Amino acid sequence: MSYKTRVDGRALDQTRDIEAKAGVIGRADGSAYFKIGNTVAYAAVYGPRNLHPRFMQDPTKGILRCHYNMMPFSGSGDRVRPGPSRRSKEISLVMEKALLPVLSLGDFPNAVVDVFVEFPQTDAGSRCAGISAASIALADAGLAMKDLVPAVSVGRVEDKILVDLNYAEESYEGEVADIPMAMIPNTGEITLLQMDGKVSKEMLLDALRMGKDALLRIHKVQQEALKAKYRGGGDE
Amino acid sequence: MNEIMRSTVGRTLSQGIRDGRRDLLSYRPVELKTGISANAEGSAHVKIGTTEVFVGVKLAVERPYPDTPNKGMLAVNTELLPLSSPEFETGPPAILAIELSRVVDRGIRESGYLDMDKLNITPGEESWSIFIDICTLNSDGNLFDAAALGALVALRDAKFPKREGKKLNYKEHKGKLPLKEMPISVTVLKIGSHLLVDPDREEEEVYDARLTVAVLPDGNLCALQKGGDAPLSFDDIERMVSIAQDKSKELRKLVESVR
Repeated sequence: MSYKTRVDGRALDQTRDIEAKAGVIGRADGSAYFKIGNTVAYAAVYGPRNLHPRFMQDPTKGILRCHYNMMPFSGSGDRVRPGPSRRSKEISLVMEKALLPVLSLGDFPNAVVDVFVEFPQTDAGSRCAGISAASIALADAGLAMKDLVPAVSVGRVEDKILVDLNYAEESYEGEVADIPMAMIPNTGEITLLQMDGKVSKEMLLDALRMGKDALLRIHKVQQEALKAKYRGGGDE
Repeated sequence: MNEIMRSTVGRTLSQGIRDGRRDLLSYRPVELKTGISANAEGSAHVKIGTTEVFVGVKLAVERPYPDTPNKGMLAVNTELLPLSSPEFETGPPAILAIELSRVVDRGIRESGYLDMDKLNITPGEESWSIFIDICTLNSDGNLFDAAALGALVALRDAKFPKREGKKLNYKEHKGKLPLKEMPISVTVLKIGSHLLVDPDREEEEVYDARLTVAVLPDGNLCALQKGGDAPLSFDDIERMVSIAQDKSKELRKLVESVR
């Protein structure tokens, strides 16, 4: 079967509309808003700050903790029960792994950098929106970073490779694969890679290549968001 | 530390002006917006100065409680998100979150604002269950009033999802919720001999007592909650209730002006 036109009429390599803003939460050390289509992420960074309980401390460097959470009314179906779930804990873990390689936490022994990512509204791609938001927030917090980390999902629907699946595409009846990815643009290295669905090796590589171009575009949006704040275009 | 802050706050209040521009009985600018989550049946974004709160309403169909087989159900929950303040932590709801939820719940429930009788579908079998979730985005003083306002605006924004047999279609919505007289909550603080509304973070850290008053359109009261370590005199209570009645008029106009 062939997937002819995308449900929302986008080109195969086109992401949904993106909006990004740095410095949206006054009390946080750094924060960001990242909207891609109908998925909306808010990220706040606190720290480096003291880490409790003490057994979690690392005397050689600071640690990064991510907390992914959907607001109870943010999902497309039933209310999401508040509090951590197996799903949110796993996503928090892969977010940490996606962001850690660009951070230099050697100057902050025994400390923690907490990143909280919240979603008032979701339409697939939330972990990627969360990573994109979190890296703007980390930079906004003034942490030394090797690069910003953009993230996006790529995938296949039937015979087509496409970028940034929305919920309708993710739940399309037929062959679907969803591949969230994140990259360090400076080096081209991949820091997040997951998949559910079925693809050939060739399809996977094609999808990653298409994703890379989209990520470079998202990277620009992230940089612009930071510049806008310090140009005086931000909230604070 | 607290003593130093207390005397600073006290000095500011004695001058009768805060943040260099508002008096003790003025709110910071209040902004109310609906429709911040397409997946909620109703939603609101409240700003009181730099304090920001999101509120979402979700509906479900459930079996009514055995003692109220002809009524709908209401649940209010607050998430003091650690994203919104360095003082909030992950984990089970803190006591402040529980108190906040219950105070908002009480204002709505006791006013009869939500017409529970009209939320029954089949007696003893099916009723609408209304979930109000309050999520803090930036915690910078007066979460109580922000949460209560958000709940009202989100309820006014909410529509029923479409029923398709036993299931709900959350993509299609029709018909507003059955709402009656709106309770407006105003929290009045006592610091030393001063009474004030809409505390900022510093004022909240040093207050002696607070009173949250839910006021009906005719000026009658439908819920109260006293907080803080210090007691209140009869005279304090009389003055605090008068302030709440007075301020509720302003806030009511604001809520009613949201489209």
